[in-house]
Amino acid sequence: MKQFISFVKKEFSHVLRDRRTLFILFGMPLVQILIFGFALTSEVKDSKIVVVDYARDNASRAIISKFEASHYFDIEKSAMSHDDIYKSFKQGKIKMAIVFPAKFNETLLQQNKAQIQIIADASDPNTANTITNYASAIINDYKSQLDKTMAVPYQIFTETKMLYNPQLAGAPNFVPGVMALVLMLVCVMMTAISIVKEKETGTMEVLLVSPFKPIWVIFSKAVPYLLLSLVNVASILLLSVFVLDLPINGSVLLLLAESVLFIITCLTLGIFISIKTSSQQVAMLISLMGMMLPTVLFSGFMFPIENMPLPLQIITNIVPSKWYYVIVKSIMIKGLSFSYIWKETLILLGITLFFLALSIKSFKIRLS
Amino acid sequence: METVIRTEKLTKRFGDFIATNEITFEVKKGEIFGFLGANGAGKTTAMRMLCGLSIPSSGDAQVAGFDVYKQTEEIKKNIGYMSQKFSLYEDLTILENIKFFGGIYGLTDKQIKTKSDSLVEKLGLHNEAKKLVSGLPLGWKQKLSFSVAVLHDPKIVFLDEPTGGVDPLTRRQFWELIYDAADTGVTIFVTTHYMDEAEYCNRISIMVDGRIDALDSPVNLKKQFNANSMDEVFYQLARGAKRAE
Amino acid sequence: MQSVVLNNIKKVYGKDQKIAVDNVSFDVNQGELFGLIGPDGAGKTSIFRMLTTVLLPDGGSATVEGFDIVKDYKKIRNIVGYMPGKFSLYQDLTVAENLHFFATVFETTVEENYDLIKDIYIQIEKFKNRRAGKLSGGMKQKLALCCALIHKPAVLFLDEPTTGVDPVSRREFWEMLKRLQEQKITIIVSTPYMDEAKLCDRIALMQEGKILSIETPENIVESYPDKLYAIKANNMHALLKNMAAYEKTLNSYAFGEYAHASFTDVALTENELTEYLKGHGLSDIEIKKTEVTIEDCFIKLLKS
Repeated sequence: MKQFISFVKKEFSHVLRDRRTLFILFGMPLVQILIFGFALTSEVKDSKIVVVDYARDNASRAIISKFEASHYFDIEKSAMSHDDIYKSFKQGKIKMAIVFPAKFNETLLQQNKAQIQIIADASDPNTANTITNYASAIINDYKSQLDKTMAVPYQIFTETKMLYNPQLAGAPNFVPGVMALVLMLVCVMMTAISIVKEKETGTMEVLLVSPFKPIWVIFSKAVPYLLLSLVNVASILLLSVFVLDLPINGSVLLLLAESVLFIITCLTLGIFISIKTSSQQVAMLISLMGMMLPTVLFSGFMFPIENMPLPLQIITNIVPSKWYYVIVKSIMIKGLSFSYIWKETLILLGITLFFLALSIKSFKIRLS
Repeated sequence: METVIRTEKLTKRFGDFIATNEITFEVKKGEIFGFLGANGAGKTTAMRMLCGLSIPSSGDAQVAGFDVYKQTEEIKKNIGYMSQKFSLYEDLTILENIKFFGGIYGLTDKQIKTKSDSLVEKLGLHNEAKKLVSGLPLGWKQKLSFSVAVLHDPKIVFLDEPTGGVDPLTRRQFWELIYDAADTGVTIFVTTHYMDEAEYCNRISIMVDGRIDALDSPVNLKKQFNANSMDEVFYQLARGAKRAE
Repeated sequence: MQSVVLNNIKKVYGKDQKIAVDNVSFDVNQGELFGLIGPDGAGKTSIFRMLTTVLLPDGGSATVEGFDIVKDYKKIRNIVGYMPGKFSLYQDLTVAENLHFFATVFETTVEENYDLIKDIYIQIEKFKNRRAGKLSGGMKQKLALCCALIHKPAVLFLDEPTTGVDPVSRREFWEMLKRLQEQKITIIVSTPYMDEAKLCDRIALMQEGKILSIETPENIVESYPDKLYAIKANNMHALLKNMAAYEKTLNSYAFGEYAHASFTDVALTENELTEYLKGHGLSDIEIKKTEVTIEDCFIKLLKS
C-alpha cells in the first residue's frame, strides 16, 4: 500500500511539473466551454429579420415596435411580399421573417385569437430555435399586456416554420458533449501517453525488475487522472451553471456518479492503448483517431445519429461517449432519474469490464 | 597553410549560464583536430555554432572562410557532419541513402553514381548495397555514414563521437578513413571519449567549464602536463571542473 | 558459491530470427566483479535483460542466486538491482524524490540502507533538490547507481553505465564499484571500453552474440601468443600503411601515440625494422617491446 501511495504521489509530481500537461488538463475544459458556449452557438444579438405586415393595424404596429426595441433583432425592411422573404433567405441576408395576416387586430378583437407566422432559417438549427423563442416571448409579452385590460384572455398563435431543417434534429447541446470530449482527452490520451513514456525512457524496465506488481504500476497511474478528471467535471459543470446559465435539472450526485463510471471507462481504454503500443506518438495517434474522433462524430453531440445511415448508426453503439452523452443529457437537461438511464449505465459498465479484462489479459510482466 | 576555422573569443550564453566562454583557436586545412572535454564542458554548443546551427552571443568565427553570424547557409554547404546519434536513414538502403544525401548537397545524378560506386568499392559493400541500413552492424553504419558525410567533398567535416560503442578493430578502420580523408585535404574536427583516439589527432583542444584550457599536439601536451598518456592530461584538467551541466 | 549461472542461453529476435545471444554459458561467483566486454550489438543488453527476468530466453537456462530466471522471476526481482543502458530516472523528479521513490518501490527506506550508498550519495547530495533532468551525465549515473542499490541487492546488473561518460567520471564510477564489491555484492557490468576491463575480476569478451574468451584480465593478457612491439614515427598514417605492407607483419594497428605490431618472424631485430621504415621515408623511429592490453587481445580475437 505504501508503494502504491508513493507511486500516486510521483504521478502527481509528473503532472503538476509539466506546464503543457497542466494546460491541457485545466485550460482545455475552459477553452472548449467558452468556444462552444459563445463562439459556436447562436450569436442571437441583432439578428436580421424582415416583417411583412399585411394588417397594418394597431396590434401589428405595437408588436413590430416591440421587435424594434429589442436588441435581439434588427429589422432590415418592412412591407415586402412572401416572395421577397424567400429571396432574402436565399441570399442569406436574414435569419427570420414575421408575417402578420391581414386584419390581424380585427380577428384578435373579434375572435379573441389570431395568428402570426414566423419563418426561420433553420440551416443553423440552434440559432433558429433561439430566435424563434425570443420572438414568441416578445409576442407573448404583448399578449399579456392586452390581457391586463381585458376580462377574457386573448390568444395569439404563432405558427413557426423552420426552413431547411424542419425537425431541428440534433440541435447540439454542447455541455454534455464537451464533458465527454474532455474526459476522453484527459483520461484516454494522457493516461496512455504517461504509461508509454515510462516504456520509452526505460523506467518501466527498472520497475519491472522490482517487487512491485507490474499491473499495479499501471493502475496507480490511473488514480491521479481519475481525481483530475473529477476536477474537470466539476469545473465544466460550474462553468455551465454560472457562466452559461445552463442549470442542472436532475440529481447532481447521480451526474457525478455516472461521470466517475465514464472516467473509469476512459482510463481502462487508456491503459489498454498503453499496453498495446510502445511509443508516445503511436499512443497519441490511436487516442486521437480511435477515441476523440468517434466522440466527435458518433456520440450525437455534433451530428445527429438519427440522420446517419443505418450501418453508422449501429457503429455508434460501441462508442462509449455516445452512452455517456445520452446519460448526461438525460440528467442535466431532461432532469430524469436513474430509472430512465439504467440501460445506458449498464452498457457503459459492460464496455469498461470488457476492456479491463482485455487489458489484464494482454498485460506482459516482461518486455515484449 | 590555409586556415579553415578561425575563432576569436567565441562565446555563447544561455541566460546567466556561459556555455562557451571566449574560445579562441585556429584549425588548418587538412588537419585532424581533436575537440575534447568532459560532459557539459561546452563542446556541443561550440560545435553547433561552428556548424551554423546556433548564433554566437559574442566573439567572431569564420568557418571555411564564412562568417558564423551572417553566412550560415554557405557554411552548411561547405561542411559535412556526422554524429553517433543521427547518421543515416535506417529504413532506406545504402544506395538510397547515398542518393538522398548526394541530392540534398546538390550533386548531379552522374556524380552520385560515380561517388556511390567508388564508395561501395572502398568499403566492400557490394553484397549489401541494396539492403536496408538497419541490417548493418554498427561499425559498418558508422563507416558508411562518415563516407556519406564527405560525399560532397566538404572543406571540413565535423564528427561528434563517431566511434562510440564500436569494436576496437572497426574503430581503427574508421580512423583509417579519417586519415585518408585528411590526406586529400579535408579538415577533420572530431570529438571523442576515447583517449587513445586523441593521440591520432594532429592537435587537440581540451575544454573545461566552457573554456579551452589546453591546446597543442598530443606530444606537447604530454610534455606540458608531465604526463605519460593523454588520459592523464585529460584527468588533470577535467578533475578541476566545477560545473555539472 | 555461484551467484549467476548461464547454461547455453540463446535469444533470437524478429521475423528473420536474428541471433542476438548464441548459446552463451558462464558462471559468476558470489562477490565477483564480472565484466561483459564488447561493442554494441554483441548481445550484452539481451543477456542483462534475460538475467533480470524482463526478457524470456529462446533456449537454455539460467539462475540468479539459485533462482530460475523463468520460473522464479518474482524472487529474482526482489534481490537484484538493475541499471539499464539508458539511465532510467524520472527527469522531472528531484534527486531526493527519485531516491525515495525507488526505495519505496523496493519496500525499503533510504535510511535503512543509507550506509551502502553513502559514499556515492554524498557526491550528489548538494544537488538533492535539483531535478534529475538537469544533472550532468556523471551525476545522473551516480544517482542511477544509488537508486539501483537502495534495496541492498544481492546481485547488481549495470548495463553500460559508462557509455558516453567522460574519462574522469568513468574513473570515479569504477572506484565506486570497487568499494561496493567490498560489501559482498555480486556485480555484473558491461562496457564497450576495453580499458575498463582490467578493473574487473573476470571478463567475458563478446562479439556478435558469442563469447570469445572468459578469463581474468591477467590471464587473458598472459595468453597473448605473440611478442608485441610499440612503434612510433614522425607520421602515423604513413607508418600504419608501411607496417601493413611489411611482409613480416602479422598484425599491426594504431594504438594511441604508437602503432602496435607483432611479427611472423620471432627473430626479427629492431634494426631490421628501422631500416625498412627509414627506407620508406619515415624518421624519428622508436621501437620498443610493450605490454599487452585487453584491447590487443580483443583485436587479436576479432582478427582470428
